[in-house]
Amino acid sequence: MTGLKDLMQPHRIVMMLVFAALVIWCAFALRWDWIPKYAPLALEGLWTTIWILAVSTVLGFLLAVPLGLAQAVGPWYLSIPARTFCTIIRGTPLLLQIWLLYYGLGSLFPQFPWIRSSELWPYLRQAWPYAVLALTLSYAGYEGEVMRGAFSGVAKGQLEAAKSFGMPRFTMFRRIWLPQAVRNVLPTLGGETILQLKATPLVATITVMEIYAVSSRVRADTFIVYEPLLLLALVYMAIAGMIAFAFRRFEKG
Amino acid sequence: MTGLFELLGLGASAELLSLSGWGGNLLRGLANSLQIAFGAFGLGLVIGLFGAYGKLYGGKVTRDLLAIYTTVIRAVPELVLILILYYVGSDIINKISEGLGGGRVEINGVAAGIWVLGVVQGAYATEVLRGAIKAVPVGQIEAAKSYGMPAFMIMRRVTIPAMMSFAVPGLANLWLIATKDTALLAVVGFNELTLETRQAASSTRAYFTFFLAAGFLYLMVTLCSGAVFARIEKWARRGQPSLKGGTR
Repeated sequence: MTGLKDLMQPHRIVMMLVFAALVIWCAFALRWDWIPKYAPLALEGLWTTIWILAVSTVLGFLLAVPLGLAQAVGPWYLSIPARTFCTIIRGTPLLLQIWLLYYGLGSLFPQFPWIRSSELWPYLRQAWPYAVLALTLSYAGYEGEVMRGAFSGVAKGQLEAAKSFGMPRFTMFRRIWLPQAVRNVLPTLGGETILQLKATPLVATITVMEIYAVSSRVRADTFIVYEPLLLLALVYMAIAGMIAFAFRRFEKG
Repeated sequence: MTGLFELLGLGASAELLSLSGWGGNLLRGLANSLQIAFGAFGLGLVIGLFGAYGKLYGGKVTRDLLAIYTTVIRAVPELVLILILYYVGSDIINKISEGLGGGRVEINGVAAGIWVLGVVQGAYATEVLRGAIKAVPVGQIEAAKSYGMPAFMIMRRVTIPAMMSFAVPGLANLWLIATKDTALLAVVGFNELTLETRQAASSTRAYFTFFLAAGFLYLMVTLCSGAVFARIEKWARRGQPSLKGGTR
């Protein structure tokens, strides 16, 4: 991080003054009177963004571990499907995947009476399960590739040492292999989580009301273009900063 | 051929995807997508080259401004950036047009897409190229300087050829991101592959057929680019020791 002394160079002070002037100009010259009316909706949207991000990264990571393992050391009948899955997810746009799941599955499910009568049906009629599913699969696909590298990067000698102690395979995996692999890829995971954050606005296209959708609503209702978008950019930068900060703490601790 | 499709129960899909039907629309969308991806990647490279030079050799103010540019672009979702840049771009062009006495201008979709994605790509390209230039041994550039080569000639003859092998893997990644980011332009209503697909799907109700077909097209682009970039990397690394026997 930059210290106070770095910030106090003359050119930076001038830049900060210019920036402050810009912020003040924005505060007075632009229209912000829509904020009180839309604040509750925006908070709800922010919450939706955060929980979709959290759920999809956690589930995606849990899926990525077997995917990475299968590609790194699995037999061919596991490694080939895993590699195909990762290639397909990484080779097609996320927006297309989201639309395929939402419109495709969404049009397929109602044709089966037993799905319509099942207890899951009220959920399957909403948009968010498809959003979470699509984002989870996407994160798993990208992370599966990262974990493949991580698992094959752990030093062989350590695993051999564990084996020679007579450690059962699962204990070895839990105590030695996984912790080291995860520690090695923590910086990458931080970057990927920020990428995942930047992917969440795509679910607004399938009617999930997250923070990006709220800003679109403001734009459509009031015809104010720049103000909601600028605020939105600021919100995303703040969340990205917090993710980066959290991962840095993780790496140290 | 048709008999085979009928046998597999895909007769309806094959008919829907025929070139005279919706298949032609999909291919036109793909052509638009590729055009934008090429343009945006090129614009990104130009911005990235200037950005990297500015970050490495520029003055204090240039360096700080470039740091803000790359940080902001990489922290804000592409979708939000696309909207902001799209509105800013069309506003500026309309202001200029009105200033010159003209009316409102209809913005060309391809040009808008290239401008928007190019600015986004530029931020990533700046980082990739900066890393690559830094990896070139300083001695080579100093040697060129001591011969009295002008700065531009050093760039053309020494820095760029020497950094290519470091930059190609990152640039390949950027190209793949560019092809996939064109899909985001569907949200601002530009007729690239993803939007064409959705229109075809929703008017025929054959969602799976069209989305899977589009996914296949994107995948083909990705796989072909992978092969092409592997060739380019081999060419850029010619004369250097092989990486085989290393980590991969």
